[in-house]
Amino acid sequence: MAEFRMPSLGSDMEAGTLIEWRIKPGDSVRRGDVVAVVETRKGAIEVEIFTTGVVEEILVPVGEQVPVGTPLATIRAEGEEQPPPSVEATGRATVSAPPTSPAATTARAAAGATRLRVSPAARKRAAELGVDLGRLAGSGAAGAITLDDVEKAAVARPPTRPAYRAAGMRQAIAAAMARSKREIPHYYLGTFIDMRRALDWLRSENERRPVPVRLLPGALLFKAMALALRQAPELNGFWVDGEFKPGAGIHPGSAIVLRGGGLVAPAVHDADSKSLDEVMAALRDLVQRARAGALRSSEMSDATITVTSLGEQGVETVFGVIYPPQVALVGLGRIVERPWVVDGQVVARPLMQATLSADHWVSDGHRGAQFLALLDRLLQEPERL
Amino acid sequence: MTATIRTTYREAVREAIREALRRDDRVFLMGEDVGRYGGCFAVSKGLLQEFGPERIRDTPLSESAFVGAGIGAALGGMRPIVEIMTVNFSLLALDQIVNNAATLLHMSGGQFSVPLVIRMATGGGRQLAAQHSHSLEGWYAHIPGIKVLTPATLEDARGMLWTALEDPDPVLIFENTALYNTEGELAADAGAVDIDRARIRRAGRDVSLFAYGGGLRKALAAADQLAAESVEAEVVDLRCLRPLDGAAILASVAHTRRAVIVDEGWRSGGISAEISARIMEGAFYELDAPVARVCGAEVPMPYPRHLEQAALPQVETIVQAVREMLGHG
Amino acid sequence: MNEVQIRDIVLDALSAVTPDADTSGLAPDKSFRDQLDYFDSMDFFNFVVGLHKAFGIDIPEADYPRLSTLDACTRYFKTKLG
Repeated sequence: MAEFRMPSLGSDMEAGTLIEWRIKPGDSVRRGDVVAVVETRKGAIEVEIFTTGVVEEILVPVGEQVPVGTPLATIRAEGEEQPPPSVEATGRATVSAPPTSPAATTARAAAGATRLRVSPAARKRAAELGVDLGRLAGSGAAGAITLDDVEKAAVARPPTRPAYRAAGMRQAIAAAMARSKREIPHYYLGTFIDMRRALDWLRSENERRPVPVRLLPGALLFKAMALALRQAPELNGFWVDGEFKPGAGIHPGSAIVLRGGGLVAPAVHDADSKSLDEVMAALRDLVQRARAGALRSSEMSDATITVTSLGEQGVETVFGVIYPPQVALVGLGRIVERPWVVDGQVVARPLMQATLSADHWVSDGHRGAQFLALLDRLLQEPERL
Repeated sequence: MTATIRTTYREAVREAIREALRRDDRVFLMGEDVGRYGGCFAVSKGLLQEFGPERIRDTPLSESAFVGAGIGAALGGMRPIVEIMTVNFSLLALDQIVNNAATLLHMSGGQFSVPLVIRMATGGGRQLAAQHSHSLEGWYAHIPGIKVLTPATLEDARGMLWTALEDPDPVLIFENTALYNTEGELAADAGAVDIDRARIRRAGRDVSLFAYGGGLRKALAAADQLAAESVEAEVVDLRCLRPLDGAAILASVAHTRRAVIVDEGWRSGGISAEISARIMEGAFYELDAPVARVCGAEVPMPYPRHLEQAALPQVETIVQAVREMLGHG
Repeated sequence: MNEVQIRDIVLDALSAVTPDADTSGLAPDKSFRDQLDYFDSMDFFNFVVGLHKAFGIDIPEADYPRLSTLDACTRYFKTKLG
């Protein structure tokens, strides 16, 4: 007799509320079937079962909140006649706790049950693709998660199940950001950049361009940043195994917010050597494919730095959290008309605040300041981008 | 297209011996019943008539003595081929092989090499029972100072001997008795082959089957059967158990990410354990499943046919191991 | 081209850039940006490119503010297409 238990849907989950049963006693279930919906702090999550058999008994009614590891139902495996006495129960007969006490058996059993069987290759690939192993049903021997399972999951992130996707993605983001805050000694710099020349140039450029090949300020900023990174290699790359590995090229990731929640930062490869039009086209393409859920795994995993623009939401300053194993993040705020002093005169100018979050393991404020200053200089000569 | 001839493994070995005797005056063959009787497995049949008793020498039933004589002859400048009837009997000559042949180069500070070739029959499947049927080549692969070859194909049966004779150090060649009668096409001009590399006998991408000697054809038959189930197995013929071609093993595992080792020898402490350990050391992060082994049952080889077959790896047990590994069990 | 036809084309162009959003319940007089979460400048850009292709007319950048709601779009193209 197998027990279906309240799963751990994230490292910080202690308990969950059963909000829906999709099985009843007597139903046949197969490994991978969604059998229940559990409400957690991160929202409702569909829960799969990892045993094939017949539902014997439902132990927890809808509406009840129970700790992780609590048996929710019992499943009779195929061909099994009657429940044999469990090893665990007989082993416990000598200790004071009664053998049938679920609280007593939960801790030990849960420890074994939550250790996923994942092949080394699958584990490595899942880390690369950002696939949450806890959400996969393994197809290998004894239910092990294989490389194939991971790659299929990475391709098939279903746009038709946004809540499912969002919950998994929220966990992934939270895990990455917790690691970042724990391990990366961030430093933060910010500077105002006068965007008048850049915007004037864009306006006149766009006047003579047909609709499909017009440029957005974002493309100009992206290109300028990529060029500035050539002079600041310590900001472009990865911190891996205790050392800095410079990026093989300048592949900035553009943070794109997804409808239904979540965030991706696919890379524009070799952005520094692309023309402005090519950068614009690449950004357009990424946004469109991100919306359609059709990003490629390489784009998802090899960005050497991230750019996040929150200006459109009206934000003026971004204090970014570095996305590990990257070592820097550039934040771009809203372009806003403000008083500015030019040649001793107060004038109205469109200003944008550019910020840099960077990793002290690799660089220091001096280098970061040079980078932002160069970004500013490059944006004063937009025609040369 | 090169011309081929139809031949058997036995004839290929004989032809290799014949060529060696013709090419090099220093080469001679000695062992129990190799002359008048033509060899216990009829490998040397006809060679006595062709080359005479100086070069095809029958010996007393004393493995230690005639292997020792072979070592002495090699030290003295000859190129002896010593035949030991089966690997089980070679245990009587272990002292000569392990303590003398394998060590003299080292102990003489590089002054004396021992260019000796020892051929012996190995393996089960012919109802010769527990004192004639074991596969102990994995034991010999443990010993530094010698090379251990396991020709599994006609090309290798024909080509490994000359290269082994050219080698300045002792080389042991294990001929699986189940292979002597196998027939096939061999290039008419087949000749020497290398003796330190594994070969991919069939390319595949889903699982690597590592086999040698008598296990190779079973692995190939298993791959055929798996292909019908849309599983593409790569079959790697190890060919030499010492030195093991570790790079080829790791490259294949990196390609398929799954490994099944087929070994007619016993599992515990055998060559399959060594191969598995090397995969763990060198390709752990490439693996998509635990390494599996299909080995001989850990019993003295039974005499009755059905029990003997049950004690050996079979096509069906290899196929089943792959299915289980892929979760199709 | 009548208003209904124009409206359908505009909604199609919008759906093309927001494939997983429901555009059927949009208030015609409220801005897309306020109603569609995460409708950013790049989405808007792609939307305008779609309109440009569908109607086959130039849309100067200076006119972009006139394309912020469904009603505004309908009026704009009705005028433009005369």
